[in-house]
Amino acid sequence: MSKINFTAYFILLLIIFVFMIFFFGLKNNQKYDTRDNVGKQISEFELTSVKSNNILTKSDLDKSNFKLFNFWASWCPPCKDEHPFLMKLNKIDKLKIYGINFKDDTKSAKKFLVNLGDPYDHLLLDETGKSSVDFGIYGIPESILIDKNLIIIKRYIGPINNKDYEEINSLVTK
Amino acid sequence: MKKIIFYLLILNLLSLNSVMSQNFSQLEIKIFKNIRCLVCQGQSIADSNSDFAQTIKSVVSDKISQGKNEKEIYNFLSSKYGDWIVYKPSLNIPNLMLWVIPYLFVIFGVMFFLKNLRKKRQNK
Repeated sequence: MSKINFTAYFILLLIIFVFMIFFFGLKNNQKYDTRDNVGKQISEFELTSVKSNNILTKSDLDKSNFKLFNFWASWCPPCKDEHPFLMKLNKIDKLKIYGINFKDDTKSAKKFLVNLGDPYDHLLLDETGKSSVDFGIYGIPESILIDKNLIIIKRYIGPINNKDYEEINSLVTK
Repeated sequence: MKKIIFYLLILNLLSLNSVMSQNFSQLEIKIFKNIRCLVCQGQSIADSNSDFAQTIKSVVSDKISQGKNEKEIYNFLSSKYGDWIVYKPSLNIPNLMLWVIPYLFVIFGVMFFLKNLRKKRQNK
């Protein structure tokens, strides 16, 4: 192989290398994204119910309704913003809302619900925030819409707004 | 001047990394350094005191005490938050090119260098 040929191959390899880096690098998602979770079944979890003080697991979830897991806390201002929409969502028959109270004081959480209304069919506690890691939560408010087979349909990062309400309503009632 | 240096030294000691100030094992610190804090700007959870970092540190410590190894912990976190959470990319098919190409590049580079060197010696 002549020197020119070898150099040409070397430069060609370099170009392919740079191209590949950009090709794969630009395709890689550089942000936390929840798209990968959609379509998958929710993971196993253990959360304490406020009402009964029992541990609720994935197997305890009823398979007859759509479910919205809403992660919230009384100390979180955006949770107040989304609260009216959760109250509206509570009126949808086919949807059960599970409120997961995240790293909060239970007394403050109860007071929050007394003052603003309780949209939750089930109120669960995650005092340490560790159980929320099983759901891939990294901040609140965050909500996960699950179908009857416990498959994630959609995740909502940040407070639920009117557009999200409309979307959830159409997904559940269609 | 000596006083300023003394105060700076004290300040430096007080602001020691959060990880150093707690009793974490070497394995925990190694894993913390390789996990990205998703709510921070370019920080690992080892460097961050954010709420998210604290929770993930606690989860990692739990997993270690449950007997999980480093790879299992990375796999668990990747399954929840995506591969982006781990600084060092895992060796899987989509990432294979990124792992293999640099080595190929080095091998070809060395070959190119040696070939040129040999030619130069022959010309002399």
